[in-house]
Amino acid sequence: MANQFRGTDRYIATDELMAAVNAAVVLSRPLLIKGEPGTGKTLLATEIARSLNKPFFEWHIKSTTKAQQGLYEYDAVSRLRDSQLGDPRVKDIHNYILKGNLWEAFDCEQQPVLLIDEIDKADIEFPNDLLRELDRMEFYVYETRETVRAKHRPVIVITSNNEKELPDAFLRRCFFHYIRFPDTATMTQIVDVHFPNLKRELLHEALTTFFKIRETPGLKKKPTTSELLDWIKLLVTDDIPPEALRSDDAKKLIPPLYGALLKNEQDVHLFEQLVFLNRRNAR
Amino acid sequence: MLVKFFFMLRKTGVPVSITELLTLLEALKAGLGDLSAERFYYLARTCLVKDERFYDRYDRAFAAHFKGVEDLFSALQRDLPADWLENLGVREFSDEEKAQIEALGGWDKLMETLKKRLEEQKERHQGGSKWIGTAGTSPYGAYGFNPEGVRIGQDGGRNRSAVKVWDKREFANLDDKVELGTRNIKIALRRLRRFARQGVPDELALADTIDATARSGGWLDIRMQAERRNAIKILLLLDIGGSMDDHVKTCEELFSAAKSEFKHLEHFYFHNFIYEALWKDNRRRFNQHTTTTEIIRTYGSDYKLIFVGDATMSPYEITHAGGSVEHWNAEPGSVWLDRLIKHYPKFAWINPQPQSRWRQTASIDMTREMLEGRMYPLTLAGLDQCIDALT
Repeated sequence: MANQFRGTDRYIATDELMAAVNAAVVLSRPLLIKGEPGTGKTLLATEIARSLNKPFFEWHIKSTTKAQQGLYEYDAVSRLRDSQLGDPRVKDIHNYILKGNLWEAFDCEQQPVLLIDEIDKADIEFPNDLLRELDRMEFYVYETRETVRAKHRPVIVITSNNEKELPDAFLRRCFFHYIRFPDTATMTQIVDVHFPNLKRELLHEALTTFFKIRETPGLKKKPTTSELLDWIKLLVTDDIPPEALRSDDAKKLIPPLYGALLKNEQDVHLFEQLVFLNRRNAR
Repeated sequence: MLVKFFFMLRKTGVPVSITELLTLLEALKAGLGDLSAERFYYLARTCLVKDERFYDRYDRAFAAHFKGVEDLFSALQRDLPADWLENLGVREFSDEEKAQIEALGGWDKLMETLKKRLEEQKERHQGGSKWIGTAGTSPYGAYGFNPEGVRIGQDGGRNRSAVKVWDKREFANLDDKVELGTRNIKIALRRLRRFARQGVPDELALADTIDATARSGGWLDIRMQAERRNAIKILLLLDIGGSMDDHVKTCEELFSAAKSEFKHLEHFYFHNFIYEALWKDNRRRFNQHTTTTEIIRTYGSDYKLIFVGDATMSPYEITHAGGSVEHWNAEPGSVWLDRLIKHYPKFAWINPQPQSRWRQTASIDMTREMLEGRMYPLTLAGLDQCIDALT
């Protein structure tokens, strides 16, 4: 099949991820992606669109987002105001129907990719309100009494951070994939893609330090791929030599520019303590 | 073959439905299976499993079911019969395959092993190595345990690399086996809900708008209001001591029901009685705890405080400094309990011990007295009373 997703020049996809994406593309069912924050869930949709040459729509969900907003909104308030002001636009209801992202995607002339980002942030009923839309890819506009149908069933990628459980009926309609935290080999590939000219030793040291930090028990927030990439970027810009990352450096307790990896002071503190203890034991 | 696998998954506890099986068949028909065991494994997982908590169970079921059958994949790759997909749904095993399976101890035995394993897990689970559904390590050691010597999916077939994927069982940690609490508990807890309008005003306040418009002489004056939300806050302190082992299951149900019912729910564990520190993760209780003072500082007095514990211990553990069974406490537990209930005017203690036995235990009586009698049994009626006390 020519139309297959195999990752891109800036996104490394594992075999399992490719299998999931391709299944979702071929059968045009929504793909639900979960995983630790910073493992490239959101980026995936962009990269699918880029590699398969499809138009891309995104719909970011907030705690106040309603399912209806993705379809369309009827701006009754401005119509009411216009009627008071005697605006001629008021005669045509279509002037007050604002298309949502889902409608835009349904209207697209070729099969688009639609990202519904962080669906778990929305209200608990939100996924239930989208069941028919995702299943049949159509919805009904009450105000104008028309049914909007997708011209081409879009490839829908939905991401979730597990803040809320999603209802079963919704899950049944989706494919599901959990992006596991990459192992060292995959991580090396990922870093390679982002920093092709990185020195071998620096990469090696950085990855060792990174995985060591991740293994620290009790961290509030484990650093993830995107944080590693930020950190390496900082290391490169500041031209830090690989030796500085080695833990036997006597002066520094924690790696340089740790702020990119550890995101709260308790974690930094905990890590300092552990490094200190380790060093004392080593003596 | 797939139908059997399907039922196997259901038996293992992965919630799969017919829709999902049909989706998988459709996907296979579209040629996504690629005839390699590994691809098939990923594809089937994407179609059938909808939560990473079930990945581990899926791995186990997959390993058990396709044990010996993975050779089938290589066989298929050799001659590729055109109609193999059609046959998948209704496939029966050939004599040769049956012999293969028989050599492995037979299906019944495999299934039985699986069942035994599950039971074993449940027991150990209840034994206290993993408590009340905080995500954590899976308590069962898996390999090595098995009276029959049938090792599910441990030694690889011809296609080694493929077997490895599900044999690694990397998702073992994600499997939380807490059964969802009974609906009854949830409904009882629902009475605690207190709706309040907080946050972004994004709803049209109709009455307000009409009022304001009328006041401004008919010119529209839109008024907005925030949405109604459940604003109740709960601080749950759970006893995790040895004597609580008998009540683990009911407490789990209570906990998981409470967790799904309240947005602002904080929980901490204690052992037998409250002292100067509590902890969030039972595995790290010795090196990672939160001091009780800090809890009082962090969570305001609008939190409702619920203790869950059997309050069954030696009275010294309550009244004396240094009475704790686990460590040296500088101040007696009663002082700490007093501080907590002074700070949180709405409090209650839920006791899983049957009420009839309360009189026989001195420590329960003492605790009850300190709590001004606000101790309730862990029954539906008790929960109702408890909620009355909290509202």
